[in-house]
Amino acid sequence: MGILKTFALGGVHPKENKLSANAAIEVLDPPKQAFIPLGQNLGAPSKPVVARGEEVKTGQLLAEASGFISTPIHSPVSGKVFKIDNILNASGYKQLGIIINVEGDEWMEDIDRSEDIVTNIDYSSEEIIDKIKKAGLVGMGGATFPTYVKLMPPPGTKAEYLIINGVECEPYLTSDHRMMLEKGREIVVGTQLLMKALKVDKAIIGIENNKPDAISHLTELVKNAEGISVQALKVQYPQGGEKQLIKATVNREVPSGKLPISVGCVVQNVGTAFAVYEAVQKNKPLFERVVTVTGKDVKKPSNFLVRIGTPVQQLIDAAEGLPESTAKIINGGPMMGKAISSTEVPIVKGSSGILIMKEEEAHRKTESACIRCSKCTYVCPMGLEPFLLSRVSRVGKFDIAEKEMIMDCIECGSCQYTCPANIPLLDYLRLGKNKTGAIIRSRGKTA
Amino acid sequence: MYKFTISGSPHVKSDESTKKIMYGVVFAMIPAMLVSIYFFGFQAIRVLVLASIACIFFEWIIQKYLIKGPSTINDGSALVTGILLAFNVPSNLPSWMIIVGALVAIGMAKMSFGGLGRNIFNPALVARVFLLISFPVQMTSWPKPTGFSKGLTDVITGPTPLGIVKEGLGAGKTMSELRTETPSYVQYLVGQTGGSIGEVSAIALLLGGFYMLWKKIITWHIPVSMLGTVIIFTAILWGANPEHYADPAFHLLTGGMLLGAIFMATDMVSSPMTHGGQLVYGFGIGVLTILIRVWGAYPEGVSFAILIMNAVVPLINQGFKPKRFGIKPGIEIKS
Ligand code: SF4
Ligand code: SF4
Repeated sequence: MGILKTFALGGVHPKENKLSANAAIEVLDPPKQAFIPLGQNLGAPSKPVVARGEEVKTGQLLAEASGFISTPIHSPVSGKVFKIDNILNASGYKQLGIIINVEGDEWMEDIDRSEDIVTNIDYSSEEIIDKIKKAGLVGMGGATFPTYVKLMPPPGTKAEYLIINGVECEPYLTSDHRMMLEKGREIVVGTQLLMKALKVDKAIIGIENNKPDAISHLTELVKNAEGISVQALKVQYPQGGEKQLIKATVNREVPSGKLPISVGCVVQNVGTAFAVYEAVQKNKPLFERVVTVTGKDVKKPSNFLVRIGTPVQQLIDAAEGLPESTAKIINGGPMMGKAISSTEVPIVKGSSGILIMKEEEAHRKTESACIRCSKCTYVCPMGLEPFLLSRVSRVGKFDIAEKEMIMDCIECGSCQYTCPANIPLLDYLRLGKNKTGAIIRSRGKTA
Repeated sequence: MYKFTISGSPHVKSDESTKKIMYGVVFAMIPAMLVSIYFFGFQAIRVLVLASIACIFFEWIIQKYLIKGPSTINDGSALVTGILLAFNVPSNLPSWMIIVGALVAIGMAKMSFGGLGRNIFNPALVARVFLLISFPVQMTSWPKPTGFSKGLTDVITGPTPLGIVKEGLGAGKTMSELRTETPSYVQYLVGQTGGSIGEVSAIALLLGGFYMLWKKIITWHIPVSMLGTVIIFTAILWGANPEHYADPAFHLLTGGMLLGAIFMATDMVSSPMTHGGQLVYGFGIGVLTILIRVWGAYPEGVSFAILIMNAVVPLINQGFKPKRFGIKPGIEIKS
């Protein structure tokens, strides 16, 4: 295979712990009650179009988009709208959501529920984008950016490459891996649809070398798909970051402060490619997804196909229950996921995994003095100086933070993962980014 | 209802730790310690043990009674300073001077700046220079490497090779004459020469250096740029007049050159944060060392050179930033 490609700067190698890699995707029953937060995308929350007491079918529109960067939400279940009220979301905040009491599982008639794989593409670029928009698709890797927005390059830019992210560089998570193995053909069709939508003739599926089965499977499948290639990548966190993946696959560097489209690239996750296939070819809006449930003490590490709005507890039960040792539960992977306070929070469009950590893993180690070892700088994929940025953020010198490019931090956590002094660098970086971002925005307003 | 821990990501941590790094450095110094004990006998053991215990003790007592903060003596950094201090003094240095040195290293150069990570200067070097200026006679009477064959009191002292050359050239002798008065290169490699206890054996120091490179405790940038600069600089002088200037190999193998390049200049606390800065820093140390050795008042210049460059590190850190991602103009897309 020769030397494997990867991105240029920094990077770390956390233990992979892909415990659920061999667990085939299992379909989970719809919950008894579904909790559907209205803000499931990056951007403006959706506006409800159903009222209390209304009967809804699986796949029916529940809430519509409320702005350019916003997406509609569809019912993941059939039943009766119980109420529209504040519900606890994964970030620990109360958020407006729709609660549905589930009755049966009656789908909208226009959804094609057959197993056949539809490979013919009968739609124009605009029709594909429109279907993706109406189906409420967001980035499934966790960023939850509305998918259709990325498919409409701003004036003056032109897409050249579609890059499909099959890296799954977060330790523990395996949902993308399983999707590639079990839904490979659909992902390839989804990729072709995205290529057509973007009017590009080249697509690269980037997969890290720790998933050789997925690499060989997809390589086989894309043989007859013109323009699509599979690129094996060296294992290196955070290769799943958009900028890192573009660097690794096409060796282009997205300029600081710019979007991938400025170097002619659009990145979509494999899960998103699958959802595109379903939305366009099967008329199925985004209301279910694959979620990994894992952890060292979890009895049955699994990958489940679950409806949006299913409480996390139900997934944990399906993985044979919450281990005695549980001390921390993470929504997402261990490097970038969020700790959740309750197992009652629902699965949303951006949930890729539930990681259950035991007592010994749950706590941070005691912080000591920075020994100026520079290791944080060496591992930063953005070429920043985390020790410096965290120090200036701590004392409120946001002008220096801005000059030292704090806004380029992708919050990957590599610096904090590495720091021998156990300094919570990313806590301070987040704080610094928030404040610096606010200062930059207010300056924009007054100028 | 379970109670779950909430904290920000990342939720996993590498097994890197300050302690691991510090004890890694201690481990890397073992070959040089063994060689010093082999050549300087009980005296070397006395210096090593005393300097280490004194450094740890001063750190403990200052933290307990002056700073009134938590103790950090377990992190290994005081032990590293202690051993480095021992490495930088002659084996017959009186015990009380070693204790004074430890107090200067820990109290003055480290704790008064705020402890580990905040000091600008390498503590062991500050102590060495302090001792050299305060007790020039004791700090420059070098016992000959006689191992355990001599007792504790009865030592034969003599000048170091650098001292012999400096004095000899000053007195109008030529290098070819002086080479007969100094040990052979093979003796430098193993450590059979006069000098501070930790600096004598090139092989032992290099072993430690490779270990630290392998364990990623140091990177190659500082030692390579410092030693490379020394080689080039001295090669030019030597090429111009081989009878008046020592050759590069002599400069590399004598005095504190390797000890400085491998263990002192690479001290993470007092060296620059980026590779670019580290190259400049190493270059500066190399140039200053040779300037002092060849034209300065002292035969040895490594300690002074490192301390001077320590002072410049904040400036170097300002000037040398890591290669940022996305700062080169990207590829232009024609639409
Ligand atoms: S979290 Fe930010 S500063 Fe830290 S390594 Fe990642 S990009 Fe760099
Ligand atoms: S990794 Fe930690 S100890 Fe090392 S320089 Fe960065 S912040 Fe300081």
